[in-house]
Parts: sequence; structure tokens; C-alpha cells
Amino acid sequence: MVDQSAVGRSFTPVTARVEPGRLRYFLNTLGEQNPVYRNADAARTAGFTGMPVPPTYLFCLEMMDVDDPFEMFSALGIDLARVLHGEQSFIYHAPVLVGDTLTFRPRVASVTDKKGGAMTLIGIRCEVTNQDGVHVADTARTIVVRNEVAS
Amino acid sequence: MASADIKAGDRIVHKVFPPITRHTLALYCGASGDHNPIHVDIDFAKAAGFPDVFAHGMLVMACLGQALTDAVPPSKLRSFATRFVAITQLGATLTCEGTVTELFAEGGERRARLALTTRDDRGEVKLEGSAVVAL
Repeated sequence: MVDQSAVGRSFTPVTARVEPGRLRYFLNTLGEQNPVYRNADAARTAGFTGMPVPPTYLFCLEMMDVDDPFEMFSALGIDLARVLHGEQSFIYHAPVLVGDTLTFRPRVASVTDKKGGAMTLIGIRCEVTNQDGVHVADTARTIVVRNEVAS
Repeated sequence: MASADIKAGDRIVHKVFPPITRHTLALYCGASGDHNPIHVDIDFAKAAGFPDVFAHGMLVMACLGQALTDAVPPSKLRSFATRFVAITQLGATLTCEGTVTELFAEGGERRARLALTTRDDRGEVKLEGSAVVAL
């Protein structure tokens, strides 16, 4: 079981490029028709200097470009089959645009046992910066681990 | 969104999405980089104790995000948070809604806080969240 010793642990920073083709695949999968994500003129009219990404896409970028997408789970000894996503948040500081190269720096912020140890909640926080060193966003997620309970 | 007239209690986000299919889950697996087999491989899902594959929480949040930026320009979005309340099953038709709960000033601008929900066609809450937008 994951315990307090995991708090503060950080993982390999992830560098991700915002590629137009992969973004289009995401937009098509979601049936996203908003011109602000698909048309350069619409994006400019909406106040962007390039094409922006949808609000949850930061989460995808981190997973797409990581060398080992489940590094955190293996490092902490968590079985993927026992993991659920509990919470997710994004704080946006500056636009993220197609062509940007982002760096994600994830770390364990908290570990909390629930229901007498039947579940462990792991809080992961991640700072996101772009190629110019601009702090564009902060993300946070809570991972729920369903622990094996002796019967 | 006519930002001058906005007030607490206004429902400004509302969108209904087509039913979630296995195909959607397969596409989202590739599109999102979330390759956890629990969402696409029924054998894996069953071995993990689930009756079938189920939607990625982040797929559901992406729908809510889409509903949100249909109503609010993405340049105005300051934060977006959700709690995944229940697993979203195959075939679910999701309805995403957002209501203004508070108007306030922060960071030198007027902002609104929205309470967000995503429900399936049986009315079961899947996601509960909030967003802060600039007016």
C-alpha cells in the first residue's frame, strides 16, 4: 500500500509538443466543432495568437509524450487494475497553443487512507511551463487506489 | 454569453452528447494517450472486477469542457475542476450543465464561479465540478 513516504516524490518531467494532427484526432473523437479550436481566424478573433487547445487537453499531452505512461504506478507499486480517477483540476495562467512545447513536472502532494484502508487517495500536482519558461497552468489529480482487503 | 447581464442562478452551460460507444472509447484511448486497458479491453475489465469496459473519466470531463467553452470563450476560462462521482457506462447519453453560483472580483477582473454537473440519461450524476470564468 502507498504510504506517507511517497509524499514529495517527483517523477521524470515530461516534455510534450502540441501537434496539430494529434489535436485534430482529439477534436474529432469528441465531436468538437467549435471553430476556435479548428480555424486560425476564429482563434485570432477570440484573442489568441495561435490555435488554442481544449480545457482538458493538458492531461492528454502529459500522457501522450511520457516515456512510460504508468511510471508513477510502477514506482509506487500500484496495480493499474485497481486505479480510478477521483478528481481532476486545471488552473490556467496563460494560453497553450498549437506548436508549443510544454514541460510537465508531476509530484505526489498527498496520500490519504479512506474507509479503514480500503482505499488510498493519492494527490498528484503538476506545474506546466512552455518553451519560453512561461508558467501556463497547474494541474492536480486525485488517484483512487482500491486496496486489496483481507476477507 | 452576455457578461454584463449575468447573475447568480443563471444556467449558462447546457449540452447533450450522443451515446458513448465502444468505438468512442477506442478512439479516446488513442486520442488522449490514456492507454489503460480497463476502458477498451473487456477481458481486462472483467479480471479487474467490472462487468464491462467503462468510459474514461477524462472523456466525460472533456465533454463537460466542450459544453463549457461552447458557452464561455476559452480565453476567459481561469480554472476547471471536477470530481468523478460515478463510473460512466457504455451507452450513456450525457447532459452537461453549468449554473452561475457567485460573481466576484479577482486578479483585477470580474469573474463568475459556475457549478457544473454531468448526468447520464437516467439522471445519475457522473461528474460534479466547478469553473471560474472571467466576465
